[in-house]
Amino acid sequence: MTTPTAPDAMYRNDEGLGIWEHRGKVAAVGVGHAPTSRRWDGRPETCVGAITIDALRKAIDDAGVAPDQIDGLVIVPVTTTGAFWEAGKPLPMDVIQSFNQTDDPLDGIAKLSAEWLLANMPELTNVNFTMYGPGCMSNALNVTAQAVGDGLAHTCLVVKSWHNFEGRYYQGGANAGNALPGTPAITQLWGGPASYSTALQFAEYCRKYGKAHDMMAPFMENSRRNGLRFPEGYWAQHRPEELGPEDYLASRWIAKPANLFDNDIPIMMSGAYLFSTAERAQDMKQKPVYILNHASSNTRPRSLLPTLDEVEADTALTGRKIYEGAGITADDLSFENMYDGFSLFHQFHLEGLGYRGIKFGEALDFYQTDISIEGPNPVSPSGGNVGSGRSRVWMHTDCIQQLQGRAGARQVTGVKPEVGVSGGPMPLGGNYTVWSASPD
Amino acid sequence: MAKQGVEPDELTQPFWDAANEQRLVIQYCVDCDRLQHPPSDSCRDCDDGGELGWKQVSGRGRIYNYGVVHDCPIRLLQEDQPFNLAVIMLDDDPGIQMYSHLPGIPVDDVPVGAAVEVIFEPSANGQLVPEWRVIAD
Ligand SMILES: [Zn+2]
Repeated sequence: MTTPTAPDAMYRNDEGLGIWEHRGKVAAVGVGHAPTSRRWDGRPETCVGAITIDALRKAIDDAGVAPDQIDGLVIVPVTTTGAFWEAGKPLPMDVIQSFNQTDDPLDGIAKLSAEWLLANMPELTNVNFTMYGPGCMSNALNVTAQAVGDGLAHTCLVVKSWHNFEGRYYQGGANAGNALPGTPAITQLWGGPASYSTALQFAEYCRKYGKAHDMMAPFMENSRRNGLRFPEGYWAQHRPEELGPEDYLASRWIAKPANLFDNDIPIMMSGAYLFSTAERAQDMKQKPVYILNHASSNTRPRSLLPTLDEVEADTALTGRKIYEGAGITADDLSFENMYDGFSLFHQFHLEGLGYRGIKFGEALDFYQTDISIEGPNPVSPSGGNVGSGRSRVWMHTDCIQQLQGRAGARQVTGVKPEVGVSGGPMPLGGNYTVWSASPD
Repeated sequence: MAKQGVEPDELTQPFWDAANEQRLVIQYCVDCDRLQHPPSDSCRDCDDGGELGWKQVSGRGRIYNYGVVHDCPIRLLQEDQPFNLAVIMLDDDPGIQMYSHLPGIPVDDVPVGAAVEVIFEPSANGQLVPEWRVIAD
């Protein structure tokens, strides 16, 4: 069995598609997370393959489903945080020999295939549908929702994992060399770090609307506060530190106006969910959370990086697609869990959604109001990557747990949790899911 | 600032050859007459890919936006941190952007919107690279 990448037809990229044909007929039930760590320690039981198996088994157990009932598996094959196994570095044979292998020795260590997982999870005896959703959990979720809706699988696992190795990320390879090939040279010779593009969009936003970087502080504090109430997350597990305005604003710049905390921390992690048809989900151990819609953007900027005009046009378009397919309006959102890694673009997602009626240029003022989980306008109750480390998964886990009423210390109390939205990553180019406590 | 050298490849050879002659050329689509940068194997706007060529542009532009890089992934540039990293939009088509370190402009004191013109600076292997300097309007 060779696993295909999801075809374009599985995504809802266009405006005007109407209500999603499977609205309310697909449900998420089980959630599983492996313990996080800052970097791989080299042991077999903590390699990215092993933590993925851990997360998947927890999601299966959480849903109360027998493994032989599972017939689908959707994964993100790329697991790097920016750390790669350097060419010429000896292979970790003890780790490789601890698992059933595929033809790529780094499978399960620096990448993941569906074949590797199935070869090392013998209890999954009936999986006959596997597919890759590239990039993020957000993408894989769209694929899983569509696959279950289309009947390609009935009880389907979806998982995203990240590996992080020793050393500073993105500092090796071509970046350490004295020359670049001509094509990457056109965009990379000037040395902008990963957050540079977002920093520029934020700078233009501040100039246009008369805002300033310090207005981000309440959002950052709220996100870390929520993250510290996310027992599955990195900061809660390893560094239970609040992020007050003083600490946030005193941190060093990476690409001004983006500072260290505006950049999320790369970690080892794995998060998995069990999806099923709404009908089958009724008999499972947890309350089903229904998918009302999924929507995507594959917009590219005209040139090197997106202008604020391009960002605002696309986030607004994404908002319309999200609502159209779900048959809801902004007023129906109990909370929002749009992506935040980098923190400086969360406001673009919020404004595109028109969350609580905010318009372009108003989100940073909104951050100065009560955006806590106890208030009427929860912003990023998951705490996102700011609150729990780089995964692009927390936002989805939180939507499921909030709507199941088992978000624990993070449970929203100022609103009744009925409908949530999550997704990303970038304002241009992302995948989104609308979640609901009820199928209607 | 000492940029990494450049080893032109098939796609970008005309761009880098022109730079060595102190000329700025941008890829364009013959069919839809649109500039595109960074260059690509096909026109992003024409369904059939479009026929591509290179067009010399005026070498004039404006500073559209900038950030200050304090933590650069490229080893050669790290000794110059912090440094300005601006985006220039071309007068020929403001939708086309190019990067610049804005030589001579103090760090974080960048005149957004100012007029600039292209200059060419040697990189680590001698390949000339387009850069931009502020000029009177
Ligand atoms: Zn064309």
